[in-house]
Amino acid sequence: MAASKKNSKRKFRGEVYIDQERCKGCGFCIEFCPTHVLALADSFNQKGYYPPVIADIEACTGCDLCGMYCPDFAIYGVKIRLDVVQEEANHEC
Amino acid sequence: MSKATNPVESYLRMDRMPSIWCPGCGIGIVVNCFARALQQMGVDHDELAVVSGIGCTGRIAGYVDIDSFHTTHGRPIPFATGLKVARPDLKVIVMSGEGDLVSIGGNHLIHAARRNSDVKVICVNNFTYAMTGGQAGPTAPRHSIATTAPYGSFDKPFNLPFLADSTGAVYVARWTTYHVRQLTRSMAEAMSKPGFCFIEVISPCPTIFSRRNRLGDGLDAMRYYKNSSKVVNGANTRMVGLDLNGPIIVGKFIDRDRPTLLEAMDEEIGSKLGKRYVPYATTGVQR
Amino acid sequence: MSADPKGVLTGVHFLDGDHACCEGALAAGCRVVFGYPITPSTEVVERIARRIPTVGGVFVQMEDEIASSIAIQGAAWGGQKVMTVSSGPGISLMMEHIGYAAMTETPCVFINVQRAGPSTGLPTLAAQGDMMQARWGSHGDYEIIAISPNSPQECFELTVHAFNLAERFRVPVMFMMDESVGHMTERVVIPNPEQLKIENRQPPTGPKEEFLAYRPKKNMVPEMAPVGAGYKIHVTGLTHDERGYPVMTPEVQHGLVVRLVDKIRKQRDQICINEEEQIEDAEVVIVAYGITSRVVLRTLQMARDKGLKVGVFRPVVVWPFPEERLRQLAKQVKAFVVPELNLGQVVLEVERIAAGDAKTILVPHAGGGLHDPLQILQVVEEVLR
Repeated sequence: MAASKKNSKRKFRGEVYIDQERCKGCGFCIEFCPTHVLALADSFNQKGYYPPVIADIEACTGCDLCGMYCPDFAIYGVKIRLDVVQEEANHEC
Repeated sequence: MSKATNPVESYLRMDRMPSIWCPGCGIGIVVNCFARALQQMGVDHDELAVVSGIGCTGRIAGYVDIDSFHTTHGRPIPFATGLKVARPDLKVIVMSGEGDLVSIGGNHLIHAARRNSDVKVICVNNFTYAMTGGQAGPTAPRHSIATTAPYGSFDKPFNLPFLADSTGAVYVARWTTYHVRQLTRSMAEAMSKPGFCFIEVISPCPTIFSRRNRLGDGLDAMRYYKNSSKVVNGANTRMVGLDLNGPIIVGKFIDRDRPTLLEAMDEEIGSKLGKRYVPYATTGVQR
Repeated sequence: MSADPKGVLTGVHFLDGDHACCEGALAAGCRVVFGYPITPSTEVVERIARRIPTVGGVFVQMEDEIASSIAIQGAAWGGQKVMTVSSGPGISLMMEHIGYAAMTETPCVFINVQRAGPSTGLPTLAAQGDMMQARWGSHGDYEIIAISPNSPQECFELTVHAFNLAERFRVPVMFMMDESVGHMTERVVIPNPEQLKIENRQPPTGPKEEFLAYRPKKNMVPEMAPVGAGYKIHVTGLTHDERGYPVMTPEVQHGLVVRLVDKIRKQRDQICINEEEQIEDAEVVIVAYGITSRVVLRTLQMARDKGLKVGVFRPVVVWPFPEERLRQLAKQVKAFVVPELNLGQVVLEVERIAAGDAKTILVPHAGGGLHDPLQILQVVEEVLR
C-alpha cells in the first residue's frame, strides 16, 4: 500500500461500460460527467440514436454518475484500485 | 469493451427492455436510483413489493424484477395498503405519476397519509398526463399549455410536499431527476422508516410537456433543474410551490415519527380487548 | 380441509342475514376486510369490526368503496382471504375493481346487500335490481360467480361457499343478498369447524424457475404464487401473457379473455346449485331467487291446493346460469313464470334458454317491497287457463 502511494498520487482509475444498443441518446451522461470523459458518437445505433463514446478515459474516476443518470441502464462506471490492478498484472507475468 | 452488465440489472426485468419511455424522459432515472437504493441497503428481492398505477410512471412495476403490481388508475396506494396489512413483513413501495396519485388517486393519498399506512410513495411529477398525450394534470403550472388547456392552465396546481405534510406523512422530500445521489439516499431513508413516506421527483417529459411548452428537450429540463434548484432541507412545505420555469426548492422537508396504521390499531384495540385481542401478526402470515 | 376454529362461532344463534354473512366469512378464513358503510349492508362491517380483532384479523374502514375494493386485492395477493361489503351505489363504485379482479384472477368476495335503485333509490328497502350489474357491470368480457341466498342460515353457509369458489376459480364472487334477507332475523346453526369444508387457492407445484404466473392448469385456473417468495410475479390489468407481462396483440387478448370466460362457463356444472320444488309433474315452473324464492313457496302451496300442476325452480347460484337444467325443463313445461324484484333481468336468460319451447312470463316489481304471492298465482292461473 505504502509503495503504491509513493509511485502514484492516484489510488483509483475509472472504467466506463457502455451498451450502445440500449442507449436512447438523451445525452445526460455526457452532460453531467464531472470530468468530461464522454462524447457523442459520430454514428447512430440500430434504433437511430447517437450513444456516448469514451473521449478521455484517463479522466475517468469511476464515480458512476453516468450510470445513475442513465434512464436506460446503458452505461455505468466502476472504480478500479490501481494497486490491485498492478498486483494482478504482476501475477500474470 | 466488455459486454456491459450494469449492477442495477439484478433488480430489473431486463427481458422487457428497452422500456417504453421516450428519449430524455426521467422515469428511467427514478428506476435507476430505486435499484441503487435497494443495492446500497442490501435489500433482498423478496423483502419488498412494488405497486404502480396507470400512466407512463405506472409502467415501472413492469420493469422491476420484484413482485410487482400494475393496478388501476389512481389506486396503487389502497392496493399497497391492503398488501402491507396482509404482509407487514414486506416493504411496500408505490411508484406512480402525479396524475395517478394526486388527481384520480388524491383521496387515497391523503387518507393513507392521515392513517400513516406504512407504504412508501415515490411520486414522479412531470406536470402532465403524458401517456394520453399531454392533458393538464393536478400539478400543471399556471399558464402552462396542455391539450386540454390550449390557452394556458388557469387553475391552481397542487404543492405536493405541502399536501403530504399537512395530511400527516412522516417523511416528505422532493428532488429532481438531476439530484440522483440525494434521491437515492432519500429512497433508502424512506424505505427504512416506518410509516407513510412521500417523495416527489420532478422529472422531464420532453415529448409532451416540454415540447408543448417550448421548453426544449430532456437535457434542457435537466439543465434547468441543475441551475434553478435550491436545496433547503427542513423547508416550510407551504413555501415550496412551483411555477412554470420558476425556482425549485428541493430537499428533505419532513422527518417525524408517529405510530403506523397497524401500530395504532394494535395499541387501541389491544388496550380495550386485552387478552381477547389476537393481533394479526401473531396468526402466522402465509410465507 | 376443515375451518380454522378461531373463526367459527359454533352453536345455535338468532342472527340477521348481515350478521350471519359476517360469521360465514370468518368461518371461511377471511382475515382481512376493508369496507365503507352503506345501508343496508353496514351491519356486516360493524360486526366484522367487532369480531375480527378477536380471531387474528384486520378490518380497516377505508375512505371509499373504490379504495376498499382494491385494498382487498392487495391483501389477497398478500395471501389472505378477503372480502368487502356494500350495496348498489357502493357496488357501482367498485365495478372498476371487479373487472381488475376478473382480469388478474384475484380471489375475493363482494357482498352486495341489494336495495332499490337506480342511483340512491330506496336505501332501506329490498330489490334485486343489481343482478345484471353483478354479471357484467364492469367493462369488457368476463365472467364472475353470483350467489343469491334466501335466509340467514344460507347467508352463513353460502358465504363460506363463496370464499371456496373464489379460491378454487380465482374469480370475484358476488354475494347477492337483498335487504330483506340481510335484515331478516332467524335461527342460524353454525357447525363445528371440522364439519366445514374449506378450500384454498392452489399454490405453485413445480420448480420456481419454471413458474409462469398465468399458465393455466387443467381446470383453466393458474396456480397462485404468494408474494415475497421469490417468484417475482408481475400482475397487471393489461392484457397479459403467461408470464403476466403486457402484450398488446389480438392473439394474446383472445387466448386470455376466452380462458377467463371459459373457466366459469365451461365448468358451470361444478358451480351451479339449484333447488327444485314439486317439479316432476309441473306444467308451470316458477323461477325465483333470493327473497322471492321464499315468497313463491306460498304461491306454490296455494296453487297445489287448487290442484294446479306448479313447481318452483330456484337458482341458488345465479351466475353462471343453470342453462342445461332449464333447457330440459323447457321441453317439459308449458311456461316459466319469473317474478323478480326488478323490471326484468334474469328473465332474459330464462327466455333465451327456453327458446320458444316454453312461454316465459315476467312478474315484475320495481322494488321497495316484495311480491304478493297471490299476484304471482294469478299469473300462473292465467297461463294454465
